[in-house]
Amino acid sequence: MIIPIVRTAIVSLRRDRAALALSFLLPIAFFSIFAAIFGGQRDSTPKVSVILVDEDHSPASADLVSGLLREDSLVVMTRPKPQGRNAAPLPEYTAATAEAAVKAGDAPVALIIPKGFGEHPISFGGTQDAPAIQLLNDSSDQIAPQMVAGLLQKVGMTALAPAMAEEGMKYTEKYLGQFTPEQRKQMESNLDWLRQHEKESATTGNATANGGPIAVHSRAVVGQDKRSPMISFYAAATGVMFLLFTASASAGALLDEAECGTLDRVLSSRVTMTTLLMGKLIYNTLLAFTQLTIMFLWASAVFKLDLFTHIPGFVVMGLCTAFAVAAFGMLLASICRTRAQLGALSTLLILTMSAVGGSMFPRFLMPEAMQKAGLFTLNAWAIDGFTKVFWRDLPVRELWPQVSVLLVAGIVLFVIARRIARRWEFA
Amino acid sequence: MRMNVLSTTQNSPEPAPSLLELIPLEVVSLVKRFGPVTALDGVSLEVRGGECLGLLGPNGAGKSTLIRGIVGRVLPDAGSVAVFGAPASSLEARAALGWVPQELALYPRLTCRENLAAFGRYHGLSGDQLKESVAWCLGWATLTDRAGELAKNLSGGMKRRLNMAAGIIHRPRIVLLDEPTVGVDPQSRNRIFEMIEALRGEGAAIIYTTHYMEEAERLCDRVAIIDHGRIIAQGSNDELVRSAFAQRSQVLAHFAGPPGEIGAWVERHAGRQVDGVAEFTLEDSTLIAGLLADAARSGLELLDVTLRRPNLESVFLHLTGRELRD
Repeated sequence: MIIPIVRTAIVSLRRDRAALALSFLLPIAFFSIFAAIFGGQRDSTPKVSVILVDEDHSPASADLVSGLLREDSLVVMTRPKPQGRNAAPLPEYTAATAEAAVKAGDAPVALIIPKGFGEHPISFGGTQDAPAIQLLNDSSDQIAPQMVAGLLQKVGMTALAPAMAEEGMKYTEKYLGQFTPEQRKQMESNLDWLRQHEKESATTGNATANGGPIAVHSRAVVGQDKRSPMISFYAAATGVMFLLFTASASAGALLDEAECGTLDRVLSSRVTMTTLLMGKLIYNTLLAFTQLTIMFLWASAVFKLDLFTHIPGFVVMGLCTAFAVAAFGMLLASICRTRAQLGALSTLLILTMSAVGGSMFPRFLMPEAMQKAGLFTLNAWAIDGFTKVFWRDLPVRELWPQVSVLLVAGIVLFVIARRIARRWEFA
Repeated sequence: MRMNVLSTTQNSPEPAPSLLELIPLEVVSLVKRFGPVTALDGVSLEVRGGECLGLLGPNGAGKSTLIRGIVGRVLPDAGSVAVFGAPASSLEARAALGWVPQELALYPRLTCRENLAAFGRYHGLSGDQLKESVAWCLGWATLTDRAGELAKNLSGGMKRRLNMAAGIIHRPRIVLLDEPTVGVDPQSRNRIFEMIEALRGEGAAIIYTTHYMEEAERLCDRVAIIDHGRIIAQGSNDELVRSAFAQRSQVLAHFAGPPGEIGAWVERHAGRQVDGVAEFTLEDSTLIAGLLADAARSGLELLDVTLRRPNLESVFLHLTGRELRD
């Protein structure tokens, strides 16, 4: 009796060829995508963007800048990118515009070489007189500032060799020879300062890198006052992924209606296919928005996400995201002939979009090509929008790129779904 | 070109004919092909107000395709459908037509009342009008006491009745019933017949498709016999039988004896054997005596014999050479 059951199941699967193909293609597709993202393909090491401001304009700072520019793993930006292809170059970053750019998410790190840096570029153990390089960072990216700080020290070692020798001589003159009471007092003073500074670094989180030859003072300019870092990111990231699943499952009701005959009956009334699909789109949009709202309320209650001070941004991003994913679900349902096909296709597309679009793994940690590929997913735009709202505290007007892309994508997906749905209109 | 009088035509030079003057439903030379299969092959018919037209034919004859063509769910390759003069897919036609599909087309997780209200809204009903229609339909389908029951929890017969009620929630003037008694018990079938008779009594034009001859005989004023997508005969029950058989009668006889002898006897009298029963068409019922005498001479033993007037099934057999339920 077991063999007939197996045989019946095999025959049923064979009859639905699209579902059959997808069930074998699915694992291969996933393997390839995840291998591309996480497998460390050649020439795909993620590069860190860093804004560089040279306020000193000394030979030492120039050496440091050119050393940083030569680093392959850094994308060094000294001025904002021009808006158009033929637009005039914009003025170089200042300390203020660099900080604003980090806050806006243009780069995760900015380095400010302060005036006077060239007088004491090397600070073995740190000096009170030498101004430290300012490292401004976005605390949502924990890796980029560490990487930039390390590379800065490396560049200091390699690009500032003459300065190091000169500074070493100064230290020798200063600390070798007989220790006079005065010398001893100065050394003690330096040690006291070091001890005190280490204590301060441990309590404030602002750090001066004393382990290397260049003094660096780090300061988080985004997310420094957030109670639960990364919660907003994960709420948006997982939220969008599950919204996509919900939307495609809900849109699948169309297939059920077509199969059980209610679709025919509805279309024989005054309801047209366009009206029907628009009704389903509105319902699926509201369902997705409600799901997102519940998720963010939960994040607010349990994980202290600051939802209630970001209501306008949440509503705008939530509705746009819900609309886009609902239209995506409608398209999938209109393409597929059976629930089995819809299940396989939606799993394939949604998990792929989620992996590439940053729902499973932050995009800024992915290879550059993969980061660009992510821009073809709804996930990436939705996550970027929610990050602007909850992480960067940007006003609603700053959401226009994400809102535009999601709305246009939703409209285009719906129009395509409507065209494909013509097959249900008449036999 | 037929004028659409269901819409307002203020600049018309001639007064529009009233609805009573128009034929409720007129199908002209309808053709529909699905690839190499011709499902409808030039079907023409008319239905008048208060009339019940039966579409009688075996499975696959084209009955459902014709119904779907009338409600605008199938686009014909040729021919036309006019509903009170309006094209089948027009809003006017949709308002005038009520379709009860063969499959149960209901929302299983909605109650009876909610199902009827949903389909009522799809037809543009609202407010008191919708409430009244829902109440009327629940009463018509004798489902008032089950109004709050989920559709999926109803018995087969109740689901069929709810399916019918959902098709007439907007009180259409033409009702298309596509094999509404499929899979129901005799009691529910009788209840469905009463519902249809009540509809006809209210003046609705009805098309009723079935492959059960008894249903067509009981319910229909006229019958159109359809086979291979073509109407092969149309008329009242009596007209169809008379045109096919005149005064002839049918004899069904069950004999025991050598198969070769039975076969030879059947052949001599231009009869045929179906499931061990010999069937003959006689010009006059008095000829039965000679038929039986010849059987006795051939050494056949008579087990039972029936003399009957031809019916619609006989007509179908006569016209197509096949059983209605083949």
